[in-house]
Amino acid sequence: MTQQTLARRKAPTLAQREARLGWVLVLPASLVVLVLVLFPLLWNTGMSFQRIRLIELQNFNFLDFSDVSLRNYSRVTGVSDFWATIRTTVIYAFFGTVFSIGLGMWAALVVRKPFKGRSVVRGLMLFPYVAPTIAVTFVWTLMLNPTFGIVNEWLDGLGFQQVDFLNRQNFVLNLFGWHLTLPLALTVVIFFEAWRYFPFAFLFILARLQALPTELDEAAMVDGATLTQQFRYVTLPQLRGVLSVLFLLRFIWTFNKFDDIFLLTGGAAGTEVIPIAIVNWLRSRADLGSAAALSIVLALILAVLMFVYFKWFYEEE
Amino acid sequence: MVATTHKGEGGTKRKLTRHELEIRVFGVIKWISIGFFLVITVFPLLYMIGLSFKPISELLRNPNGFLPSWNDITSLETYREVLRPTDQGGQGFFTFIRNSAIVAFITMAVTVALSILAAYAAARLRFAGRKMVTWVILIVYLFPAVVIAIPLFVLFTRLGIRNSLFGLVIVYVAQTIPVALYMLRSYFQTVPVELEEAGMVDGLSRTGVIWKITLPLAAPAVAAVAMYVFMIAWNEFLFALLFLTESRELWTLPLGVQQLDTTEVPKTLLMAGSVIITMPIVILFFLAERFLTEGLTAGGVKG
Repeated sequence: MTQQTLARRKAPTLAQREARLGWVLVLPASLVVLVLVLFPLLWNTGMSFQRIRLIELQNFNFLDFSDVSLRNYSRVTGVSDFWATIRTTVIYAFFGTVFSIGLGMWAALVVRKPFKGRSVVRGLMLFPYVAPTIAVTFVWTLMLNPTFGIVNEWLDGLGFQQVDFLNRQNFVLNLFGWHLTLPLALTVVIFFEAWRYFPFAFLFILARLQALPTELDEAAMVDGATLTQQFRYVTLPQLRGVLSVLFLLRFIWTFNKFDDIFLLTGGAAGTEVIPIAIVNWLRSRADLGSAAALSIVLALILAVLMFVYFKWFYEEE
Repeated sequence: MVATTHKGEGGTKRKLTRHELEIRVFGVIKWISIGFFLVITVFPLLYMIGLSFKPISELLRNPNGFLPSWNDITSLETYREVLRPTDQGGQGFFTFIRNSAIVAFITMAVTVALSILAAYAAARLRFAGRKMVTWVILIVYLFPAVVIAIPLFVLFTRLGIRNSLFGLVIVYVAQTIPVALYMLRSYFQTVPVELEEAGMVDGLSRTGVIWKITLPLAAPAVAAVAMYVFMIAWNEFLFALLFLTESRELWTLPLGVQQLDTTEVPKTLLMAGSVIITMPIVILFFLAERFLTEGLTAGGVKG
C-alpha cells in the first residue's frame, strides 16, 4: 500500500497521464466557449439590470452595481405590443415547427422505397436547407413582390387581385359568406419556415425509417393491414422518438430565429418576434440594458416552455 | 371504406380490396408528391439563376418570363456590374467574396483543429472533463445566439475588435465548435480502440496515435465537419449585421446583399449576388452529398 502511494507520487500513473492529456486537449475549445458563450450569458444577466445606452458604452463602468433596478424589465414588458410579440413568436415557432416536420415526414415517406433517380430527388430536396438564408429569403421576396413578382403575375392571370404578401398584416378571406381574417404576412413567414426547414426533418425521419425492421410491416401486411393502417399502427409509433427530438430542436431554434423574419419582412406587418425586438432595442433605440433584459425574458419563456414539454409531452426514444 | 366488399378469392366478379385500392392510389400520390417537392425546391433555384442574368428593365416589362435570353447569359452584364469595384461604378462584390472567404476558411481551420483535440479526448480518454464536454455542447447548442449577441457586441466594442473580421471569426469559432465537437466525437467512438492500442504497442505516443492512426481513419468525418463549419460561417448573418454594418469594406456576402437591397440597386443585380453566395454551397453539397447527409443526421446542425 505505502509503496504504491510512494510510487504514484514519484511518477504519474498511466491514468493520471491520461487525465492530464485529456484536460490539455479539451482546454482550448473549452476556453473559447467559456469566454465567448458562458461568460456573455452571465454578463448579459448583469447588464439587464443596468442602465446602459449605446453612446455611453465606451466609458461605462460595468462593475458599478450601485444603480441596479428592474427598470429595463418594466420598460420592455411595458411596451404596448409586448404581448403581441410573444404571441407572434409562439405561433410562429409552433406552426413553423409542426409544418416543417409534417412536410419532412411526407417527403421521407415518399422517397422511402427505392426508385430510379431517388438520390437525385433526395439531393435536390436539401436545397432550401443548405442554401444561404439571405439568398432564399431574397428569392422569396422577389417572387412575392406585388409589382413584378411571379406569384402575383400568376394570381393576375387567374383573375385575382395582386397581394402584397409580406407587407400586409391581415387578409380577409370570404368563404361562402364567412369572413375569415388571416394574418397574411405571418402565414407567409410560417410557410417559409416550413419550406426552408422541412429537409432537416426529412433527413432525420428518413434515417429512422430506413433503420426500421421490415418484418413488422410484412407481418402487418400478412395480417391484412392496408397501407394507411400500417402507417398508423406500425410505422408511426416507431417514429415517436425521432419526432419528439425533432420537435424539441426545431421549436427551440425557430423560437430564437432572427434572420429569416428580419430578411423577409423586417418584423413589420404583425411578424415582430422577440429576437427581432431585441435587435431593435439595440440598433434603433440604442438601449443595451433593455435589449439584454428582453433577451433574458426570451430565455425564461423558452425555459418555461421546455419545462412543460419535458414534463408532459416528451417521449424518450 | 371505399370498395371494400371482398367477394372471396374465388369470386368471379372480384372488386378491388381496400388494400389493393390503397396501393394504386398511393402509387399515384407518390409520384404527384415527388413532383410537388421537386417544384417547390427546384423552382426557386431556377428563378434565382434565371433572374440573375436579366436586366431589371426586362423583368419589369415581363414579370412572367424569368428565363434569360441567350444574350443575357453570354454578356454576363449583371454579374460584371455586381463584381466591379465601387470606384468603377459597380457594387464591389469582389471585396465581399474575399471577406467571406477569409472568415469562412479561418473559422473552418480553427474550429476543426480545436474540435479534433477536444473530441478525441471526449471519445477516448478517461477523465473528469468528459462530462464537461457534453455540457459545453448542450449549452451552446440550445442557447439562443441573440442572448449572447448583446454582451458580445458590448465586449467587442470595448476591446476595439468589433469592426474587424477577426472579431467575427472568433464568434463563429465559438458558435461552430459544439457542432463540430459532437460530430467528431461520435465518429472517433467508432474507430476501433484495438488499432490505437496496436499503435501504442509499436511505440507511438498519444499524439502520434492521434496524428497517424485516428485522424487518417476519421478523414471523411473531418472533411464533412470542415464543410459544415465552412457553410455556417459562409451563411451567417446576425453577427455580421451587428458587428460590421458601418464598415462597407468589411461586409461579408450575406451582409452585402442585405445592405444593398435598396431602391437604388436593381433587384436582378442582387439576384446575381445571391447566386454568387449560393453556388459554392450548392457545389460543395453536390460533390459530397452522401457524406454531408450522414453528418447532418449525426450532428443535427443548428439552423
